[in-house]
Amino acid sequence: MASIQFSNVRKSFGDTHVIKGVDLDIDEGEFCVFVGPSGCGKSTMLRLIAGLEDITSGELFIGGERVNELEPSKRGVAIVFQSYALYPHMNVFNNMAFGLKLAKESKAEIEKRVREAAKTLQIEHLLERLPKQLSGGQRQRVAIGRAITRQPKVFLFDEPLSNLDAALRVQTRIEIAKLHERLKSTMVYVTHDQVEAMTLADKIVILNAGHVAQVGAPLELYHGPENLFVAGFIGSPKMNFIDAKIEKSEEQGADVNLSTGVSVRVPVDAKSADKGTKVTLGIRPEHVKRVTNGGDGQIKGEVQFVEHLGEGSLIYVGTEFSDDPITVKEDGDAKVKAGNTIAMEFPEASCHLFNTEEKAFKRLVDQTHS
Amino acid sequence: MPMSNLTRSRVRSAWIFLVPMLVILALVAGWPLFRTIWYGFTDANLSDPEARQFVGFENYLRRGDDGEWYGLLAEFGDKGNWWLSVWNTVKFAVVSVFLETVLGLVIALVLNASFKMRGLVRTAVLIPWAIPTIVSAKMWQWILNGQYGMMNDLLMTLGILSQPLSWTADPDLAMASVIAVDVWKTTPFMTLLILAALQMLPSNCYEAARVDGIHPVKVFFKVTLPLIRPALMVAVIFRFLDALRVFDLIYILTSNSKDTMTMSVYVRQQMVDFAEMGYGSAASTMLFIIIALITIAYLKIGRVSFEGGR
Repeated sequence: MASIQFSNVRKSFGDTHVIKGVDLDIDEGEFCVFVGPSGCGKSTMLRLIAGLEDITSGELFIGGERVNELEPSKRGVAIVFQSYALYPHMNVFNNMAFGLKLAKESKAEIEKRVREAAKTLQIEHLLERLPKQLSGGQRQRVAIGRAITRQPKVFLFDEPLSNLDAALRVQTRIEIAKLHERLKSTMVYVTHDQVEAMTLADKIVILNAGHVAQVGAPLELYHGPENLFVAGFIGSPKMNFIDAKIEKSEEQGADVNLSTGVSVRVPVDAKSADKGTKVTLGIRPEHVKRVTNGGDGQIKGEVQFVEHLGEGSLIYVGTEFSDDPITVKEDGDAKVKAGNTIAMEFPEASCHLFNTEEKAFKRLVDQTHS
Repeated sequence: MPMSNLTRSRVRSAWIFLVPMLVILALVAGWPLFRTIWYGFTDANLSDPEARQFVGFENYLRRGDDGEWYGLLAEFGDKGNWWLSVWNTVKFAVVSVFLETVLGLVIALVLNASFKMRGLVRTAVLIPWAIPTIVSAKMWQWILNGQYGMMNDLLMTLGILSQPLSWTADPDLAMASVIAVDVWKTTPFMTLLILAALQMLPSNCYEAARVDGIHPVKVFFKVTLPLIRPALMVAVIFRFLDALRVFDLIYILTSNSKDTMTMSVYVRQQMVDFAEMGYGSAASTMLFIIIALITIAYLKIGRVSFEGGR
């Protein structure tokens, strides 16, 4: 077990700057997930920790020790790759034992560690098989088993579930969570899948174009995104964004005007904003309320399209104040059809407000505990 | 089981596509092979091949009136050069293919690493392979010339040699010279095949090995070599078959010299110089059989599978 610190870490490949100054603390025993769109640098961050890439500038510490110049093998890390990276010509036992054999561990010790790891992952019956005789899920377990046998201080996972089918992904995800609970080692996990991030992480690091966009616990990020990027990235379907203008701004809240004249009250600390400034109002599809009777503070629109997902329905509503349709999430049996006109309400406690620099105004409603 | 209509029509179209190739093969390979084997059982002479008589296995082995054994299979020592040429061929093939494989592997590993101007170096390495054998053999003949050759001049200027050597005429040097030229010419072929195999290797395995702290030399022997083995075995057999029927290089560099005479050179000498068409054909047939036997043995021992996998 060890903590990891990034201190103003940068990484460039030639003229391409991939990591642009990252400061980050990962605590001992924490399950930390790096998430972001493709090309945001999340895999590079992991490879920097592993030592597979050199750090261009800045400092990296593992367990308090500066590791910038330390060989990958001396860092006490083990890595699980998306492509499993098993040695194709060795059977499962030898794949798991290879590193230990060459580290001159005793035969009994190797046997013990491999059997233990195999038992944990329920792959004992596969030890004699070659990787090509295994299914994708089994291969990934062998790769995880190989990492376990090394007894590393830090586990690194590079999109380990991306090559698995949906059902297996959920199952393996749960197993990784259990593994963390039992081993209590520091784990760093890279994924582009926000569901994996939300379910596994103690701490999520959202990366955007080589910068840390926000760090926080899963629900903190969901309820309190600090910027437009995080608000749009976390949550599926993504948050609705609507252009608006400040009508009245106070410390206890702001009244914003949508272009059609409808006014919405948002409980945020908006004293920094002047009347008339442009802002972006954000509300998640699952928080938009459909109402029947016409009244004040209601927004009307025409249903463009409905998707029935079984456990829920997504209703896309065209409105006068936004080019993109507003997405509304309802129960699975919502009886709406394309062409219907419906009325919606944006409950004030569920609204987010962002300024022109895409930063969020501080929300006054604490929803993490409500 | 009766074939379904679909299967039957597939089989039929397969035959339609195959027939032209089979006919051409029968004409250009099957017929000459059959004729060669047939001539091997006759006493045909190059001056008038039609005036021939069937002599059975006499070209291979017969008892003379003096009670001695004659024929190809009896050509030991003073009686002839056949078994000497077989030995020369095997020696040439084994040594040159071994050196080409080792050098090819080393160069392929270097070219597989990324460095500046790699593309240029890759192309440059291929040049010896691209030159026609006749041209490069002639070139090396001049370089190795005992009196005017560049090799002697260079080595004497550098002080490595005190006297010029006759590289291709000296019985102790001729085989080594021929092998050296073959290695120079054919290593690029090995390099190319091995490089192709290396580039198919999964890069993540190497990263996993780095994180595991496995020494690169160990990684080479425990990971790289086993993984490229199938490709390597195929490359070796390609080269080996080629080397067993080597002719042009040796004939140009050393002509009919006994020190380097290979089976192909022997066959040419019998057929063309001695006009013994029947005897030469018998030798040709033996060459065919020997290459076939060596190939089968290699495939069995090496457990090479052309279907891929292990």
